[in-house]
Parts: sequence; C-alpha cells; structure tokens
Amino acid sequence: MSLWSRFATNRAAVAGLIVLIVVIIIAILAPVMFPKGPWAMVQRPFLAPFGTDGLPLGTDTLGRDVMAGLIYGARVSLLVGLVSTVMALLIGVPLGAVAGFYGGWVDEIAMRFTEFFQTIPNFALAIVLVAILEPSLTSITISIAIVSWPPVARLVRAEVMSVTRREYVDAARLAGLSNLHILTRQVLPNTVSPIIVMASLMVATAILLESSLSFLGLGDPNIMSWGYQIGAARTVIRSAWWLSFFPGVAIVLTVLALNLIGEGLNDALNPHLTRKGKS
Amino acid sequence: MKHLKMTTFLVAAMLATGAAAQQDGGRLDLIVQPEPPGLMLGLVQNGPTQMVAGQIYEGLLRYNTDLEPQPSLAKSWEIAEDGMTYTFHLNEGVTWHDGAPFSSADVVFTTKFLQDNHARFRAAFSHVESVEAPDANTVVIKMKEPYGPFINAFEAGSMPIVPAHIYEGTDYATNEMNATPIGTGPYKFVEWSKGSYIHLTKNEDYYIDGLPHIDDLYYRVVPDAASRAVAFETGEVSVLPGGAVENWDVKRLTEMDGVCSTSQGWEFFAPHAWMWLNNREGPTSDKRFRQAVMYALDREFVKDVVWNGFGTVPTGPVSSKTNFYTDDVPQYPHDPDKAKELLAEMGYDGTPVRVLPLPYGETWQRWAEAVKQNLEEVGIKVDIDSADVAGWNEKTANWDYDMAFTYLYQYGDPALGVARNYTADQIKKGSPWNNVEGYENPELDKKWAAAAIEPDNAKRQEMYTEIQQQIVEDVPVAWLLEIEFPTIYRCNVKNLITTGIGLNDGLRDAWIEQ
Repeated sequence: MSLWSRFATNRAAVAGLIVLIVVIIIAILAPVMFPKGPWAMVQRPFLAPFGTDGLPLGTDTLGRDVMAGLIYGARVSLLVGLVSTVMALLIGVPLGAVAGFYGGWVDEIAMRFTEFFQTIPNFALAIVLVAILEPSLTSITISIAIVSWPPVARLVRAEVMSVTRREYVDAARLAGLSNLHILTRQVLPNTVSPIIVMASLMVATAILLESSLSFLGLGDPNIMSWGYQIGAARTVIRSAWWLSFFPGVAIVLTVLALNLIGEGLNDALNPHLTRKGKS
Repeated sequence: MKHLKMTTFLVAAMLATGAAAQQDGGRLDLIVQPEPPGLMLGLVQNGPTQMVAGQIYEGLLRYNTDLEPQPSLAKSWEIAEDGMTYTFHLNEGVTWHDGAPFSSADVVFTTKFLQDNHARFRAAFSHVESVEAPDANTVVIKMKEPYGPFINAFEAGSMPIVPAHIYEGTDYATNEMNATPIGTGPYKFVEWSKGSYIHLTKNEDYYIDGLPHIDDLYYRVVPDAASRAVAFETGEVSVLPGGAVENWDVKRLTEMDGVCSTSQGWEFFAPHAWMWLNNREGPTSDKRFRQAVMYALDREFVKDVVWNGFGTVPTGPVSSKTNFYTDDVPQYPHDPDKAKELLAEMGYDGTPVRVLPLPYGETWQRWAEAVKQNLEEVGIKVDIDSADVAGWNEKTANWDYDMAFTYLYQYGDPALGVARNYTADQIKKGSPWNNVEGYENPELDKKWAAAAIEPDNAKRQEMYTEIQQQIVEDVPVAWLLEIEFPTIYRCNVKNLITTGIGLNDGLRDAWIEQ
C-alpha cells in the first residue's frame, strides 16, 4: 500500500487535511478578500454576527470586521507555526542525532543541555523571552522555537540510538564509510517518520503558544492574530461573545486538524503500529 | 487695607446639602486601584494614596466642582488686594487623631515638611516670602510676587497639613508613625492588611458636628479589572472610583438597577490626554506634519467608541474645566483631505512613525490602534511600539519615540498644570513628565511667565487666550481628549462627590441610606 492510501484509510486524518488546506487557501487569499486589511474600522462597533450584510461575523470593539481579522489571523498562526517548527527542528535534530550517534560524553553534554531547557516550563520561558526581546513577530517565532526543540532532540536521540545498533549500520562501518556519511545517509533517513509526526503536532502546539502569548498582550501589536482577538475580547466577553468565540473556533479547528493529520501520518508511516479496529 | 474676598461659613454649606435627611452609620466598601505605596500624604502623593489619605489628612481649603475655594481647616480667609498677603483663619477646637490639639504651628511646620517631600507644593511655594502664625488660629502667608493660581494650592493633595508634634525634629521618611498616619480628617486609620484592604473608622471628635456620617470605610485592593467589576456586581463593594474598571464595563454596570454614576469630582485634576509629537526629529518635527496628524485623527470617534462617550474633545492645551480656558483657537476637525494636502505640501516621504501607547490596559491599546488606522488612512505609515510601564517611562524620558500617549492633570490653573508641558525650562532628558515633546518657543515662554504672576484676572484671561491661540497653531502635541473617569456607585450612597477632587476628600459628607 502506498503512503497516501494508508493515510487515506484514516478518515479523520483526511478531514483534518481538508480543513488545513482550506485554512491555507484562505490565508493566502486574505489580501484579495479584504484589501483594506484587518484593522480598518468599517462599521459601528459591537455589531452582532449574522445581522449585517458584508459583516457575517459582526464587528469588534472598534468597529473592525471580525471576519477580516480571522482570515488575516490565519496567516499569522500558520506562519508562526511553520517557521518556529522548522527552526526547532534545525536545532533539535542535529543535536539529538549527534548525541545518539556518538554517545559518551557528547551525549552527556548534549542531554544535560537539553534538560536545562526542559526543566523550565515551556510557556513561562516563552513569556520571559518575548518580554526581553520586545514583542514582534520575529521574537515570538524565535521564542516558540527555543522552547519547542528539546523534545525533538530527545526523540531523535532515541531513534538514532536504536537505529545505530542495527546490522546494516555495522555493515556500513565495515565498508569503511565515514561517521558523517553513516549518520546522514544511513541513520537519519530511517528516523524521519517519527520526526514528521512530531513536527505536525509541534505546529499545532506553536499555534497555541502564539495565541496564548497574544492573549496575554505579548503579541506583536501591529499584527492581527487569533490570540490577539481573543485577548482583546476578554474584557467584553459578557456583552460581545462573538469576538472571542469565532477566533476560538478557528484555533480549535486548526489545532485539531493538525493533530488529526499527525495521527494519520503516524499510522501511515508506522504500519506495524496500526491499531486494530480502525479501518 | 485689606479686602475681604470670600468668607464662607460652614453653616451655609450645611444648609445647602440638606442636613435633615442624612442618616448616620453603616459601612462603605470602596475600591482602591492600585494599592497605594504608603498613606503618609505628606511623603507620598500618588493617586491611590490621595484617594485614601484624603480622608485622614486635610488641607486648609477644599474646592467645589467649579473650583471655588471652600472652608476646610481654614474657616475663612482673606487675600490682600495687591495679591501679596494671604490670611487664613483656622477652625477652633480641632484635634489630631491622637488627641493633641491642632494649631497654626502645625501649618507653619507643614510648609517646612513639604518643602522636601512634595514637588508640586515646592513649585507653588517658590513664590512665597514667609509663612507666619501671629496667633494659634491665624496663618499669614506673604508673597514675593503676586501669583494668581496660589489660592488653588491648598487642598489635601496639594498641601496636606501634617502633625508637628509627631514629625518635628525627626527623620520624616523613617518616622515609624508613617505606618499609622495621624491627621485631622473625618476618618481615622485603623488597619492596613497589605494586598487586601485598608480600614478607616469614623473620627468621633471631628470638629464639624454631625460629620462624618459613615462608621467604617474599607478600601479594597483587587488587582484585576474584571474581578473589580464582579465585586461591584455582587455588592461586595459599593463604590468604583474612576478608572477602576475598563470602559467597556462602565456601560454594563451603570445600566444595572440601583446603580448611579457621575463624571464629577475630577474638575481639579481635569486629566488631559494627548500624544507627545517628537518636535526634535523625524517627520513630527515639521509643523505641517503635526497639523496633518490633528486633521487625520477622528477624535470624536475615539471618544464615542473607545471611551463610551465619556469625555470632551479638547480644543487645545487647556481643559475646558480649567480656569482661563478659551475655545477661540484654530480648530482641527476630522478632515483627512486637509491632512493629505498638508502632507503633500511638506513632501512627506512615507517615513514610518512609531506610536507608543500608554501601558494602562485595553482602552489605551485600542486607542493606539484607532490612531494608527486614522493616520494610515491619510498615508502615514505607523508602527505601534509596545512597552510595559517601565519601558514606557524609559522611552519617553529618553525621547525615543515619534508619538507617545500620555495624560496629565491640570490642577485648576494653567500656571499649575499646563505651562509645564510647553515651556523650554521643563525640557529634561530623563524625566517622563512635562515638556517631553521638546517644544521650544522663547516668545511664549515669556508670556507663560508673565501670565502666572499677573494679579488681575481679566488680564490673565487675555494673556492665556493669546497663548492658547498660538500654541494650537503650532501643535506641539496632539490633544486627544479631556478624560472623564466616571465614578460608579450604589445609589443608596448619597452625597459622595461634592468637591473638585471627588472621592479624594468626599467621604466627609457622604452617607448611606439604610
């Protein structure tokens, strides 16, 4: 069975993929759909959703279109999610691979370093980093990457350790291949599937982290994101529920979609682990 | 030859408020936000301290909501016609909370005490030659020069009378009595449970018979705005001072049954909000750019939407509630086309400007967003900076901004609260107050100085009118709003706000309908 057909047997994962693709398309088309941008004050404030033509989700505290904010917010969420995950992988994968492959004191140093980051609660560290660097899209992305890489390093290390003990690696050594060659050509390619699965879940976590930071007022003040929308709506939640409800739904859907995709990938990439009872 | 300017007797004041219907007793819970750093009003004068300690300490005078002086510790006073001598006649039979008698010696001591500890007092009393006490109930202040706004400098926050018998000869800052303040006011200090509440109780020996009415005051500390709103809704507290809840909650709370609100009680402070426009560098150093900003801003919209209709759009540097205000100045209505013209004329090249919001919560953040949108509509590129309170202080103090939100009090007179924001001698790098925008106009500096010491009020008005006209033409800062902080309270609390500083000294006359 091909990868795709194995993936497609998990209907929930396919649904997640469809949602994600829709979110991506919407994000790309945002400037076409709302050329005035998300900050334009287009109507009276606090218009309820479904009541006004052209403003399906109503307006916020300053009379801005909630729909426009939601769609521009998708761009920020996806961008932060993807970029910070890539950065986290760039830190975590090499570190974990070297630690697992060479073992010994290299492993010791790398793992103590990783643990140093792991002992500090993720979110607290992210808050501190953003506060020090001053909130901006770049600093938020970097902070999320810095708090997200340790699990990657540990996962890669474990995978590399297990793969390194296989016979074909011994064979490669006997064939006289260099360590670097063995690590990059023989070992790492065989650890890719769990990394992919983890990465898809990391994107989801990163989106949540960005939203939480913005909710606390640590977002980039020039960028409309879902977390910002909810944070700004918090004080009016009892009189204008829709301001926090719709961005909340958007976060839930996107994060759920990414989780489903992650699970689908897991099933597709590790067919031996496929649980019984699933079609 | 002395001219009796005003002698108001307490009897008249009592009659005016309808003494017959008032009921004694009860306990009143109020919010104080944030928790004050101390209660010794002579040493600490920030907002929350004034709000609580204003019940413990008193000034020589109070001011009604039209900013006319009223009796307090002084039952009457005279100002010599040439403006060079002020004579205060003190109430008799006044005692401190510890039982010691109050006299004119305390007033004379206070002028020494505050000299070291109160910047605003020091500024006002720099015009004073001498303070003398010819007898136990009279204080005579002789001036170096006439100083019109002087009569506005005697309320509890500007000149709290402190007890000489406790502080004389001690190190004021480390005196252990600072923790248990002793005043002459209508309420006595009982207990301060840090992070929770401050408890004051009725001064049974207060020198005005029948006052105060309420038995106990509890100033509650609740750090989160939403929780403060809930505490009011559940009836846990009965009074929310201005600014205690977010503006968006004001409407909801005031619409509840049995809830009253008033925007009175801030006349003395007349908080005036503006954006400092950096006059030194960048596009904001061009007068045409600054005028364009004024035309681009939709200030009415902000008042209606961000401030829920509270406040007034200002015409210039002087609040309409402050003395010597004029509206006979150049006007800046919302006119994006005019703004674009001015920008084209100066050849604005699209250099982005940074806007620094005041880090005081949602309202100010939304305000910055509205300003950004207004400016971008006329083609000015805007980046909103973000900073916490410390960062805001640092950026404004070091002039590291293009436009920065702020608001300052006016204290009833342009010489006290307005001039300081526009005269060159108030440009001080490292201070986030006063002339942060860097506006320099030597000609106007002279006029400000002359107007402050002009004894004749009609002439002062003329001079201030001229100043306002010129300064509004120059737009050193972008005036945004005369802020109104509505006080929200349960309607059974009566007579709560009777003066120009509102809750800060209003509990003397307040009573609770049972």
